[in-house]
Amino acid sequence: MKIPVIYNLRSLRQRPVSTLTTAVGMGLVVLVFIAMMALSRGFRAALVETGSTDNVIVLRKGSDSELVSGIGRGTAQTIAAFPFVADGPDGRPLVSPEVYVLISLERLTEGEALVVARGINPEAFDVRKNVEIVEGRMLNPGAPEILVGKSIVDRFANTGIGDKINFASRDWTVVGHFAAGGSSFESEIWGENEQFMPAFRGEVFQTVTFRMDDPSAFESIKSSLEGDPRLQVDALREYDFYAGQSALLSQILNFAAVFIAGIMAIGAIFGAINTMYAAVGARSPEIAVLLTLGFRPFSVMSSFLLEATMIAVLGGLLGGLFSLPINGIVTSTTNWQSFSEVAFAFRVTPDLLFRGVIFAVVMGLIGGFFPARRAARQPVVKAVREI
Amino acid sequence: MKYLKLIRANLFRSKRRTILTMLSVAAALFLFVTLRSVLTTLDDAKEVGSETRMVTRSSISIVFPLPEAYYQWLQTVPGVNSVSWSSWFGGVYRDPKDFFATFAVDAESYLPMYPEIDMPAEQREAFLAERSAAIVGSGLMERFGWSLNQTIGLRSTIYSPGEEWPFTIRAVYEPTNPSFGDENFFFHYDYLYEKSQYAQPGWYIMQLSDPEAAASVAETIDEHYKNSRAATRTETERAFQTGFITMYGNVGFLLNAIGMAVFFAILFVAANTMMMSARERTNEQAVLKMLGFSDRLLFALVMTEAAVITVVGGVLGVAGAKLLFDLSGFQGAGFLPGFEIKWSTAIVGLVIAVLLGVISGFVPAWQALRLPISQTLRRVA
Repeated sequence: MKIPVIYNLRSLRQRPVSTLTTAVGMGLVVLVFIAMMALSRGFRAALVETGSTDNVIVLRKGSDSELVSGIGRGTAQTIAAFPFVADGPDGRPLVSPEVYVLISLERLTEGEALVVARGINPEAFDVRKNVEIVEGRMLNPGAPEILVGKSIVDRFANTGIGDKINFASRDWTVVGHFAAGGSSFESEIWGENEQFMPAFRGEVFQTVTFRMDDPSAFESIKSSLEGDPRLQVDALREYDFYAGQSALLSQILNFAAVFIAGIMAIGAIFGAINTMYAAVGARSPEIAVLLTLGFRPFSVMSSFLLEATMIAVLGGLLGGLFSLPINGIVTSTTNWQSFSEVAFAFRVTPDLLFRGVIFAVVMGLIGGFFPARRAARQPVVKAVREI
Repeated sequence: MKYLKLIRANLFRSKRRTILTMLSVAAALFLFVTLRSVLTTLDDAKEVGSETRMVTRSSISIVFPLPEAYYQWLQTVPGVNSVSWSSWFGGVYRDPKDFFATFAVDAESYLPMYPEIDMPAEQREAFLAERSAAIVGSGLMERFGWSLNQTIGLRSTIYSPGEEWPFTIRAVYEPTNPSFGDENFFFHYDYLYEKSQYAQPGWYIMQLSDPEAAASVAETIDEHYKNSRAATRTETERAFQTGFITMYGNVGFLLNAIGMAVFFAILFVAANTMMMSARERTNEQAVLKMLGFSDRLLFALVMTEAAVITVVGGVLGVAGAKLLFDLSGFQGAGFLPGFEIKWSTAIVGLVIAVLLGVISGFVPAWQALRLPISQTLRRVA
C-alpha cells in the first residue's frame, strides 16, 4: 500500500529551513546548467537562423568558411544562368554574389572585434527572406554608404544613421539599420559590392548564394554545380553551411555546460544525501510505526524517494525561475570557425526549463536513494524501542 | 588546543555527514579553481606578447596580408633592430576540429627574435637546412603521436584547399614560457611561397632596441603607409595578443558569474549540514555551558568545526585539481596553452573554503552562543 503524499508534504513543512536550503542549492546548480545551455543554444540559433533551406551557397572548392573562399565574376555569372536558379518577381534570377571580408572595429566597451563586412547587390534582400531594413534607407548605387546590422548598433561607435565609420582608408556613411530575425547577419555591415571590391580585395566575390526554384532538387543541383569543370566550387544548403559554422563553439559550450553542471551536481547530491539521512534519522520512530502498521518496506522507500524528488522539483523550479531574467540578454563572442564576432541572445526555452527540472529530479533520486533504502531496511523492533 | 579532541569527536559523530560535506565542498572548490585558472591562463596569454617586439598588420584587419616589399623599408625605421614576418597557414591534420596554430615564418630572422622557441642546436640546423622542414611543439607531437623526422601531410584552409602539403618534422621545441604554448607548428615561408602564388606576409614583427621607442616606431610606420594601398596598424606584441584575447568576448564575466553560483550553491549545502548537526547537539551544548564553557568559547568551537570541514574539503578539491591538471597536461584543446592551477589560485581557493566555513558555521554558532541553558536543560530532563 502506498503511503499518502500528504505525509511527505507535511514532513517537508516541518523543517522548512533544511528543505529550502537543499532546494536552493540544487536550484543554483540547475540555474548554471540552464544558463550555459541557453548560451550554447542562443549562439547556435543565431547561426542556424542565418541560413535558409531554400538557398544554396556556393564557395570555392575546399573552402570551409566564407573568408577563405573566392569566386570570380565570370563564375558568378555562370551560376546565375543555371535553370535551377529561381527567378524573382521582375524575372531576374535570385542570385546574390557577395564580397566577404573582416574588418577590425573598436568595441564601445573594450578591445577590437573582427566584424563581417559583406558586399551585396540589391538582390541580396530578395534572396534572404529574413533580412529587412528597419530604419533608414537602402544603399544608393555608387555611393560609399553602408547598412549596419541591428546588433552592431549597440556595440560599436558611430553606427547611428548619418554617422561615418572609417575602414579600409575611407569614410563610409551609415544610411540604414537592418534586422535579420536575430541571426548572425545582424552582426554584419553591408555595403555595395562595387564599393567593397576596390576597397578590399579587388575583383573577386567570396560566395554566391541563390534561391533554388525547387528546393527538393538540392542533391541534383549540388552535383551539377560541383561537377561542372568550369566552376571548381562546393555547393551547400545555406542552412547547413551556417549551422556547420556553429559546430565547434556549440560543442565547446555544451561540454562546458555538462562539465560544470555535472561537478556542481555532485556537490548538490551530497547535500541532498545529508538532508535525507537527517530526515530519515529524525523520523525513525515514525518509520517504525509505519512499518508496524503494515506498510511494506518498499512503500517506505518509495515514500522517501518521493520526498527527495519533491525537494528536487522545488529546486528545479527555483533554478528555472532564477534563470528567466537571463533570457534575451545579448552577448557576443568570436566564432573561431568564421573568425568573426557574432552577437547572440541567451535563449531560455520551455524545453530547457523542463530539462532543468529533470536534471534536478535525477539529482534528487540519486541523493535520496541510500537514505530511502536505509529507512526501508530499518529494523522495526529497534526503532520502536526508541520511542 | 586542548579542545581539539572535542572538535574531533564532534566531527566523527556522524562520519558520513562530515565526509559528504567535505566532498561537496571539494567538488565546488575543484570547479572554482578550474574556472579561475581559465581566466588566469587567458591573462597570461596576454602577457606572452613581448613589450620589445612590435607587430605591424593591415589596418583593415589581421586577415588582410601585407606586401613583401615592406620588409626592406621597415628595417630602416629608427629604433628597429631586426624585422621578420609570419603568415597564418590554417593547417589541418586530418580533422579540422583538432585545431592547432600553423605559421609560415621567415626562419632566419624569426627564430633569433623568439627565444621562447627553444630546441636542440642540431635540430635547429636540420630545420634551417631544409625547405619543407617544420618545427613542432612537444605538446602537439604528443597530441598526434608524431615523431622526429617523420613526414606528415597537412591541408590548408587558405592555400589550395584539398591539397596535402608534406612537411618533415626536423625540430621539436619546448617553450621557455608555458603560456607561449607547446602546440604550435612553424615552417619556412619560402616553402609556402614556392607552392602558392598567393603567399604574402600576414604580419611583420620588429625587435626594438628600446621598448620606450614603441610609440614613436608605431607612429613612424603607420604614418608612412597611411595613404598606400595597404595601410598598416602597428602596436606592441603585447597589445596585439591582448586584442586576440578580448575577441573571446566577456569570458571573465561569464566565469565569475558561474563561480558565484558555485559558491552559493555549496554555501547552502554546507550551511544546511552545519545547522542539522548543531540542532542534534543542542542539549550537549547546554550541558557544556552549564559546565562553565563560555558563550564565546562555544561559538568558537562550532565555527572551528565548520571551518575544519570546509578547509579539508577545500584542500581536497584544490589539490585534486592541481594534481589532475598537472598530470593530464590539459590545454583546452589548444585554446588554453600553459593551462595550470597556479599557487595564487590555489590560495584564493583556500580562502574561499575558509569563508565558506565561517559563513556556514555562523548561524549555528550564533545559536549556540545565545542558547538559554535553563530552558534547554529543562527540555532534556
